[in-house]
Amino acid sequence: MNLSPDETVFWQYGFITINLTIITTWGLMLVMVIFSRLITRNLKADIHISRWQGILEIIVTGMKNQIKEVGLNKPEQYIGFIGTLFLFIGFANLCIIFPFYEPPTGSLSTTAALAICVFLAVPFFGIKKSGIAGYLKSYIEPTVIMLPFNLIGEISRTLALAIRLFGNIMSGGMIVAVLLSISPFLFPVIMKAIGLLTGMVQAYIFSILATVYIAAAVQNSTHEQTSNSTINKTKEDKNG
Amino acid sequence: MDNVTLIAVTSIITAGFTTGIGCMFPALSEGKSVASALSSIAQQPDAAPTITRTLFVGLAMIESTAIYCFVLSMILIFANPFWNHFIAK
Repeated sequence: MNLSPDETVFWQYGFITINLTIITTWGLMLVMVIFSRLITRNLKADIHISRWQGILEIIVTGMKNQIKEVGLNKPEQYIGFIGTLFLFIGFANLCIIFPFYEPPTGSLSTTAALAICVFLAVPFFGIKKSGIAGYLKSYIEPTVIMLPFNLIGEISRTLALAIRLFGNIMSGGMIVAVLLSISPFLFPVIMKAIGLLTGMVQAYIFSILATVYIAAAVQNSTHEQTSNSTINKTKEDKNG
Repeated sequence: MDNVTLIAVTSIITAGFTTGIGCMFPALSEGKSVASALSSIAQQPDAAPTITRTLFVGLAMIESTAIYCFVLSMILIFANPFWNHFIAK
């Protein structure tokens, strides 16, 4: 039984390996880039827009609203990163309806790479917002005693992101494989349908957790500087 | 029993217990959190989107503990390091 698509190797030279995960990832990226390129080639600001443009607008505005609800007030800065995560994971997980397709997110190397991207993006956005000193200050936020715990938390949540996505997708594939050998064909189909749901939920969770981590870094480091904006916010809350 | 048999027996039993216990308690706590989320949605339907989003994130957090147990038992069965060590000997 194959634990991950990493084990299907096509070509190997030294430590460079081309396996099924890499091929599928590049294929997915190619499909997504070509499709969005074709759709956004002639955008219109008319009343009558094409159907494909409608779909893209729904996706982009939906992601924007979700990011805004978590607490990042300027979603345009972050949608490039978070939206890419969501679209890639969601598309990779949705494609399991095609036969003989193995999701690249079912391999620990892909999910670890995505989690490391989040791990690096958190300090990137934090420093961009308030400088290196302001960001580093967020590690000793309540007291200096919390420094090791903050560092451990940073690493363990990266690990948790990677293992969560990998475990969910891998277990979906494995359950189908086990059910195929012991039960009639109906049950693997049902489990695959549940796998579609789980895949979308996991894509949502992954990107929303990335958003929460980035929001924590951005808001922590600007806690004292933006006391004015919080006052404005409370005013808005009272009005609304 | 030689070493390899002993390791096989221990790993299989431990893998079963790991997944069993690791499914039991996350299931209990997920049920608890869904129940309280439902009752708070019933009390305040206006807050349903926020509650749902927080519920999903929380459920994923809880479920990841079950997934850790599952991954661990998969490692014990399919990629056991001790097993390979004794077979290579």
